[in-house]
Amino acid sequence: MKYMMLIYAAAQPEDASLCTPPVFEEWMAYDKEVQEAGIFVAGHSLADLTTATTVRVGDAGDRTVTDGPFAETREVLGGYYVIDVPDLDAALDWAARCPGSRGGGTIEVRPVADFEG
Amino acid sequence: MDERAAASVEAVFREERGRLLAALVHRFGDLDLAEEVASEAIEAALNHWPVDGVPTRPGAWLLTTARRKAVDRLRRDKAYAARLAILQAEADRADPAPPADADGELPDERLRLFFTCAHPALPAEDRAALTLRCLADLTTVEVARAFLVPAATMAQRIVRAKKKIRDTRIPFRVPGADELPERLPGVLQVVYSIFTEGYAASSGSTLQRLDLAEEAIRLARILRRLLPAEREVAGLLGLMLLVHARRAARTGPDGAPVLLADQDRTRWDRPMIDEGAAAVFAALTGGPPGPYGVQAAIAALHDEAPDVAGTDWPQIVALYDVLLGLTPSPVVALNRAAAVAMRDGPQAGLALLDALADEPKLRGYHLYPATRADLLRQLGRGQEAAAAYREALELAGTEPEREHLRRRLAAVESPGDGTAG
Repeated sequence: MKYMMLIYAAAQPEDASLCTPPVFEEWMAYDKEVQEAGIFVAGHSLADLTTATTVRVGDAGDRTVTDGPFAETREVLGGYYVIDVPDLDAALDWAARCPGSRGGGTIEVRPVADFEG
Repeated sequence: MDERAAASVEAVFREERGRLLAALVHRFGDLDLAEEVASEAIEAALNHWPVDGVPTRPGAWLLTTARRKAVDRLRRDKAYAARLAILQAEADRADPAPPADADGELPDERLRLFFTCAHPALPAEDRAALTLRCLADLTTVEVARAFLVPAATMAQRIVRAKKKIRDTRIPFRVPGADELPERLPGVLQVVYSIFTEGYAASSGSTLQRLDLAEEAIRLARILRRLLPAEREVAGLLGLMLLVHARRAARTGPDGAPVLLADQDRTRWDRPMIDEGAAAVFAALTGGPPGPYGVQAAIAALHDEAPDVAGTDWPQIVALYDVLLGLTPSPVVALNRAAAVAMRDGPQAGLALLDALADEPKLRGYHLYPATRADLLRQLGRGQEAAAAYREALELAGTEPEREHLRRRLAAVESPGDGTAG
């Protein structure tokens, strides 16, 4: 079963000393683990939030392009993995091991919808 | 004849349904299919048994029948079968060896279902509901009543929980040893909620529902056997045994509750108290106690006391202090205040209760005004006591509890006839 792990980082930590973002080496090590476990389907980290642009098309076909993310929240989507594991417990376990779940970060785990079965 | 057979089927069903369901879920990996064929098997039993007689192994008969119906269903629905086959293959890939049972027996398959129903990915209010529905064999209406919500709301919750189990593929398995410390408290909470539901139904005419309490104790015994090193399992089992040991003395012949102070302690179940005390010992040995262990220790002090006056109230207050540190809650504070009243007198208890007057969690909780009323009565403040009894009467759920409060109220309203207690 495929699960997407949506990796959210706290945008502007109010007290930076409380939140220690994971270092690059931790991400490299995790990525290697995911690859070697044979569960990797897809995954990317996203460019900085300031690069976000939002598009919306109205009923009349009018296109609205705005600067910034869809919703202003404290948590910012920073990247994702899609992994193929047997069940939710396995997916939650991989999420808990991900550096993105620590240092003030949060990971949302959702199954990828399967329209074939 | 038919009626007796039907009653016998009913009894077997209540006993076997959870086991049947768990075995079917383990076999087919799908809760909906398991429920469907379990119901069909029961229906078949209701048709056949009155004619052919009840089989010697009714549980095995039900399981065989249900399995056959499931296989038929999967033959008819190839797409469904293909989906389940994939599920099963992946479940086999994921499933670690279950913890070994002390007796070398296979673990009860219901444990798997317990961990699934108590899974943290499910909304908290759905976990107990689903467990009661699947494992304690409560009807949706009974579950709804236990949680004081309309039946339709409860039905939606159960459907929602089952959908999340299916769609996110919450596994039917007992977590490995490394995951247990994280997952076990949720299961214990659910078992305890089943016990308290059996102990005192929230509403209705029966105060005690012994079958449910015993089901909860039985499940705790299984957990204890599977997880002998988990002290909170021992604590939960001890707590339930020590409370359940008083069952024969808890209600009078008319069904009204008998207060701990007035219970005939010779009717308490001594072997069960001994077993509970042994479990408490295990719960409090080898590390800091958990909340169930402390509550069990409090229950043990009550059970081992010759009477109310001879109860070790200073020790009980001390244990409530520990419990407040572990699980700060207004309900624990309320119980502590009642214990302080026993140790230092009603005035001291009343002062602590009055300090809790603004707690939102105690608003609507009948034991707050009921406890307050008892202390006011002991202090001779009859009018205030009457007002507090009336307040409690507006909130109390079960009919026996209400009857008890009405009698207390009548006694304080006409002090000449009342008996001071």
